[in-house]
Amino acid sequence: MKTKRIKLPHGIPGYNLGEIEREVPSTEPPALAVNDKLKVIGKRIKRTDALAKVNGSAVFTADVHLPGMLYGRMLRSDIPHARIKSIDVSAAREYPGVFAVHIFDRRYEGANPKKNSSDSEFPDVIYAGQPIAGVAAVNPDVAQEAVSLIKVEYEPMDFVVTMDEARKPGAPLVYQTDVDQEASDGGEEIEEGLKSKGNVRGPSTKSFYGGPRGDLEKGFAEADVIVERTYRTQVQTHCPLETHGVVVDYNHGNVTIYASTQSTKNTRNEFARTFDLPKSRVRVISEFIGGGFGAKHTLGSFGVMAGYLSKKSGRPVKIMLDRKEDHISAGNRPNSLQIIKVGAKKDGTLTALKQLSYGTAGIGLGAGVGNIAQAMYACPNFKTEQYDVFTNTGPGAAFRAPGNVQGAFALEQLIDELAERLDMDPLKLRDKIDRSVIRKVEREHGTKILNWQKPKKPGSDPGPVKKGIGVAQAHWPRFVNLDSSVEVRVMRDGAVEVRSAVQDIGTGTKTTLAQVVAEELGLRAEDVTVLIGDTLFPIGPSSGGSVVTGSITPPARNAAYKIKTKLTDIAAEELNTDANNILLENGYFMLTDEPSKKISFKELAAKMRVEQITATASRSDDYGGFMLGTIGFEELGSVQFAEVSVDTETGFVKVDKVLAVHSCGRPINIAQIESQINGGVIMGIAYALYEDRVMDKNTGHQMNANLDQYKMPFSFEIPDIQIELIEEYGAISSTDATGIGEPANIATAAAVANAVYNAIGVRITEIPITPARILAALNKEKKVNNE
Amino acid sequence: MKNKKSKTEKTGNISRRGFLKGAGIAAAGTVIVGSGILISKPHSHEKDEKFVPGTISINMKVNGKIREMNIEPRTTLADALRSELHLTGTKVGCNRGACSACTVWIDGIPTLSCMTLAVEVGDREVTTIEGLAKDDRLHPVQEAFIEHDATQCGFCTPGMIMTAAHLLARNPSPTEDDVKKATSGNFCRCGTHPKVFAATLDAAHKA
Ligand code: FES
Ligand code: FES
Repeated sequence: MKTKRIKLPHGIPGYNLGEIEREVPSTEPPALAVNDKLKVIGKRIKRTDALAKVNGSAVFTADVHLPGMLYGRMLRSDIPHARIKSIDVSAAREYPGVFAVHIFDRRYEGANPKKNSSDSEFPDVIYAGQPIAGVAAVNPDVAQEAVSLIKVEYEPMDFVVTMDEARKPGAPLVYQTDVDQEASDGGEEIEEGLKSKGNVRGPSTKSFYGGPRGDLEKGFAEADVIVERTYRTQVQTHCPLETHGVVVDYNHGNVTIYASTQSTKNTRNEFARTFDLPKSRVRVISEFIGGGFGAKHTLGSFGVMAGYLSKKSGRPVKIMLDRKEDHISAGNRPNSLQIIKVGAKKDGTLTALKQLSYGTAGIGLGAGVGNIAQAMYACPNFKTEQYDVFTNTGPGAAFRAPGNVQGAFALEQLIDELAERLDMDPLKLRDKIDRSVIRKVEREHGTKILNWQKPKKPGSDPGPVKKGIGVAQAHWPRFVNLDSSVEVRVMRDGAVEVRSAVQDIGTGTKTTLAQVVAEELGLRAEDVTVLIGDTLFPIGPSSGGSVVTGSITPPARNAAYKIKTKLTDIAAEELNTDANNILLENGYFMLTDEPSKKISFKELAAKMRVEQITATASRSDDYGGFMLGTIGFEELGSVQFAEVSVDTETGFVKVDKVLAVHSCGRPINIAQIESQINGGVIMGIAYALYEDRVMDKNTGHQMNANLDQYKMPFSFEIPDIQIELIEEYGAISSTDATGIGEPANIATAAAVANAVYNAIGVRITEIPITPARILAALNKEKKVNNE
Repeated sequence: MKNKKSKTEKTGNISRRGFLKGAGIAAAGTVIVGSGILISKPHSHEKDEKFVPGTISINMKVNGKIREMNIEPRTTLADALRSELHLTGTKVGCNRGACSACTVWIDGIPTLSCMTLAVEVGDREVTTIEGLAKDDRLHPVQEAFIEHDATQCGFCTPGMIMTAAHLLARNPSPTEDDVKKATSGNFCRCGTHPKVFAATLDAAHKA
């Protein structure tokens, strides 16, 4: 490959901004200046699709209506564990208004057992809510009525829905054999080939960055202080406001799918694989997606069902899950039990860090939490042992920073406790043990903004309502997805179009692409039409793992640069000069040395020899290569501070303020980044204080599969959120931008928990931090003190 | 009751069946993928005839126009708007009164359309998000939502806007607490709240 050397901005403005020389492919565009010098990138540009969202014209999958479309509903088992003896769908088939019925011949969710233990022709039911069969009818009510006519003869088996019970010897087994599962694009880690003992699979001792290091025993022996705690986190469900759903128009194998998905690519690939079709015969369209948060990476069992029903009926079939189905079957964040132990020298230097964790992703895998403990702090001796525990509950799914949110809750409280034991300011301790430059700068900003002093003695406020402040940090790897391509087109009227299969799940990808292309072509963002969310266009990455911005903006810029090069040649001819004497700015091609000699973008386009010129580019490797696989160097680091009030009489916790100090490389759209950070913080508060999937041990059902009893934050629970965004240039790609979705959500719960501790002087080790837990903790503390 | 008057010539099964019959061809006509192999068999489904005997025809004033629709007595206003009139700006997030995504106005009062039967509306007027802009001019709250980036995925947005716009109609200079109170039933998983508050307050200043 031909290469060239270019100088790129490197570092943090106002701190250590400089330049670095990198060898890059010769096709790469010149270095992009820092944001200060740019016109469109780094600005608060209005979302290109905002109008459609505020006037009701945005068409989500839930809104898709095709001529002749049928509605599918699925029969879900209300028994959590059973063998199926027989299924009788005759009455459903005969029901007026019904066009097709389908029975699943296997499970399309959770881990895949290597061999089917059952001799039944139907897959065993292993959680309450598992889809068994489906019906397509003229409307959802008719479909539901027909579903209720399906007769299933079950042979119920013992089941287990809590992790603690499932770990006990002799607990009912969810799987009879060892199982494996492919990880999604959401960033959860699943180690292949591990064995199970009972319902417990593992341990996995690996994380993104490899296995254990050093010698734990030696490390703990060297420690002056050792802190150990057990932490627990709950199961959280994603609850995207638009539930999961698809419309499948099978059309004799020329398939069109409208999907509420975080991955048009995965939806297409899985459908093609399941129905044995070439990928070229499956088109997936996702123009507007009502949130995902990690749960919408796959086709889903409903997608498969809609496919069969459409194939059988010869009509488009729509299946939108209802809210209950979304809770029980469409993904969740696994819970965790973490025993975490740290050893340190008097000056704070860490000597050993050990983590043992259990988590249940129900019938699925992916409950590991070890990444953040492994990656965030310098500690020569480290080991994690992570176990997946199977329960008869719905499959987990990647959920906004999978593993790291749970892991941070434990790790960041442990570090807080260590600081207290060492009588150190928790920020000073982190200065000592955290090698990350970006987090150091973020801590400095936070310290200044809050006028931070070493936190007061925990629980020292007079009166019943006690205030507290806490801090916690986040780490997330810089993932890149090389399956990221963009096409840019210019038409003879000067119109510019960007095309990619990448989808915008609410993060603002459409606008980001418009900005990057506009910047390169000297236009305004609104001059660029962005057509994405369609697999007819060049492949795009899944929206997960904070991967999109860092993966898709470089090829967007590179494709635009190719276009610019072609247009510049025409301009040079028109202006009678050399191509490298041409500048493209503010909608004009002009002479670098004589800017008054110019031709507008539009006029120039009119001179193109053909109606349309087009250029496509794919994501190149990071400048300087990858650290590991396709994980970039450095990281997405952030620091969040929380201020809380705790009413020690009622146990009620209120988050008053969160200061979120973040970095995402080169920021592309400040407003959209803020919006995502707000969302991450609010979700983190909900995780810390409210959300909790409650399972009934007797029936195996979720008790709160709705949006009223499943506690969520509403307007009055939203604190004052202050956002501080640090620009950081890593010289890793032609845009040097990265995502923000995951980091925004990682530190919040731990920061809130640390603040609660600072307020009341008792550490709450289990979330959600409900009033009952606060009161119980305070009463226990009182008893201990009285003794 | 004038708006529940039955219009036999267009009711229920007949029109619906006709619609479905034509639809088989129309569906095949929507092929966009591949080489366009159009092997479509028009469907003839005898059982359509037995289908939904219980539909009734009603008139409803929606966004200033009298609209006619064939619905079942159990059809919610949300479903009627979305499925019958294809006014899909009104969203359904929970279908049981817990998220306010489905908020519309009935005679100017914010109402959860998932908790309201279409037949209950009577001769009152329904306003949906599609009817908020006047003569193609966006409502100030809509403008402000764009300006302040108060949407993310946008699924809660219509409900949020209908709620916020109503607040401004009854209280032109609300405090942030007033805005919180008004939107306290509107669920947003993406976390647009801080910007929804700012946008609504800003719209009040400008209105
Ligand atoms: S859909 Fe009506 S309140 Fe949720
Ligand atoms: S913007 Fe996505 S739910 Fe509110």
